[in-house]
Amino acid sequence: MSTIETTPQAAGTDATARRLKFVQRVQRQGALAVLVVLCLVATFQFDTFATGANIRSIGLQASFLAVIALGMTFVIFTGGIDLSVGSVFALGGVLAAWAAQEYNTLAAVLVPLVVCGAIGLVQGLVIAYGKLAPFIVTLAGLLFARGLLLFISDEGATVNKVPADSAFRHLAQGSLLGIPYPIWIVVVFFGIGALVLHRTSFGPTVLAIGGQEDAADLMGLPVARTKVITYTASGLLAGFAGVLIASYTSSGVAIIGVGTELQAISAVVLGGTLLAGGAGTIFGTLVGVLLLQVIANVINQVGSLNSNWQDLVSGGILLAVVVLQRYLAGTVRR
Amino acid sequence: MVEHTATAAGTTPAPPPASAPPADAAPSRRRLDGEWFRRNGVYLGLVALVLVNLVITPHFASTGSLRLQLVQVAPIIVVSLGMALVIGTGGIDLSVGAVMAMTAAVIPLYIGYGTLGAIAVGLIAGVLSGALAGSVVARIGVQPIIATLAIMVGLRGLANIVGGQIKSIRDPGFRTLGSGSVLGIPWVVLIAIVVAVLVWVLMSRTTFGRQLVAIGGNDRASALAGLPVKRVLTTVYVISGVLAALAGVLLVARNQASDPTQLGRLVELTAITAVVVGGTPLTGGQVRVLGTVAGALLMQLITYTLVAHDITNSVAQMVQAVIVVLAVYAQVGTRKRRRSRA
Repeated sequence: MSTIETTPQAAGTDATARRLKFVQRVQRQGALAVLVVLCLVATFQFDTFATGANIRSIGLQASFLAVIALGMTFVIFTGGIDLSVGSVFALGGVLAAWAAQEYNTLAAVLVPLVVCGAIGLVQGLVIAYGKLAPFIVTLAGLLFARGLLLFISDEGATVNKVPADSAFRHLAQGSLLGIPYPIWIVVVFFGIGALVLHRTSFGPTVLAIGGQEDAADLMGLPVARTKVITYTASGLLAGFAGVLIASYTSSGVAIIGVGTELQAISAVVLGGTLLAGGAGTIFGTLVGVLLLQVIANVINQVGSLNSNWQDLVSGGILLAVVVLQRYLAGTVRR
Repeated sequence: MVEHTATAAGTTPAPPPASAPPADAAPSRRRLDGEWFRRNGVYLGLVALVLVNLVITPHFASTGSLRLQLVQVAPIIVVSLGMALVIGTGGIDLSVGAVMAMTAAVIPLYIGYGTLGAIAVGLIAGVLSGALAGSVVARIGVQPIIATLAIMVGLRGLANIVGGQIKSIRDPGFRTLGSGSVLGIPWVVLIAIVVAVLVWVLMSRTTFGRQLVAIGGNDRASALAGLPVKRVLTTVYVISGVLAALAGVLLVARNQASDPTQLGRLVELTAITAVVVGGTPLTGGQVRVLGTVAGALLMQLITYTLVAHDITNSVAQMVQAVIVVLAVYAQVGTRKRRRSRA
């Protein structure tokens, strides 16, 4: 009697559970699978792909975006978004080059961090306590930071150069064990990010806010404070990416960072983090960044394609991934 | 107690007609609360700024300057109106700038088919892009921001591949469209006015407009009530795509050149700003057509005012940023009050 009743039900839940697991795996590891396939194909197709120099170059190029995307991941965990990171990234770079030229290495790191952190802090305060939509606040932040950047650089006319003898250049141009410092920095930062997410109370709070903010609030979680910290961290990380790029290029370039916020969001979403917030992985973001960078690299290897194909392919893959995520989520619910 | 009455009264949907002057003091006070400012703040700002400019800016009141301002802002108005409809559904369309670039890319390729032929192909690019965005959002249920983001990135790349470098357009039709005028009104401005009127009629006189607002207010309830949610949503994104493409046509005509790499950069942000400053809430459920036009005019005039007084573009940009936040803050204030009543 009981077997007749429970068996179909158990089979049903089993199938659903299996399906759920499969869907989650696709959501989390889909980008990794695409990345691995892409790398394998590229290795067989292009002799220049799997060389040490090329891999180093991919890692180095990816490191700037990775630092920005780490902050974006936490922001998206809370169900928010930070559109300002591209401008803040550029602002950080210009400030770093300026401070390295006028003062010293310490200033080159601290000045951008203070200014960019402050922008993140103000955004966080307005979002958390003013209860304004993150989208619009950080959109204003994008305009503001870009305006400030242009103001500092005389509408982009002045370019600050990092002095040739400055120790600041080593930050992104030096390497340890043959691996450039920025890659080490990314590894350390993502390690810290993972620890914060999994081993502190801050991580679950961030996810709880993204899952259901009202519930998190009722549970007594510090919703406003957590949000402020998240946006401040995003500003700091974007500013630090600017510091790295200034060190790497030895100058403050005013025109970089346009569209970087969208690349960062793409990386986070490709990595399996839900844009609605509440779920996702830090490691996935790293995979997403690498995927975007490998696409760029492969397109460079194909001589007949120019860099515009990069946008087309990245956009196409992003669309395909979100449609797939959405489609799979739909099959599970049904 | 008094405050409570004022709040409750302030949310009545239809403002009392101007021809009925209130006998007592209370109704006039009720019309001056936050809701009133949210609805009319953009017009107040616009009027105030015009007055300020009349006093402090030399040559502001000349026809030449006015013409230039309007020609500058016309494409922004067109693209913002499409954005207003999308935001009215609670969505967002980040792809408009890329659609403009795509239009600019295809026009030189099809200029051989005549002015109208090239414009038609440009507009079709907008229809296709909008249809893609609408389908992905409405039928598959992907969040609008991420769907249109993907299209934005991909389409900008495609526009560059198709269009390549800056190409100058030597076509008499495009020259007339870009710099000609009828009865003293530039074609570009006239088209923007016609689009604004059409969108206003669409929103206030058609079933589609009412369905759009209902879906923006609550899409699940609308679906349960039997509204064709998917069809309306898809159509809204198609309209946004077409209007963006039209704005692209106007810009190409005005510049007498197409530049897919630069054309339409950051336009999506300008358009969102115009819509929000114009009083359309980002949460959807309401579309303010005239407010959107005023919002675009206001943002243009702010930039003009600052630049005319030797304040650089960069500072103008920072001022704009602060204004956006203040405008949205005013909106949230009224939303909170409305909720507290319920």
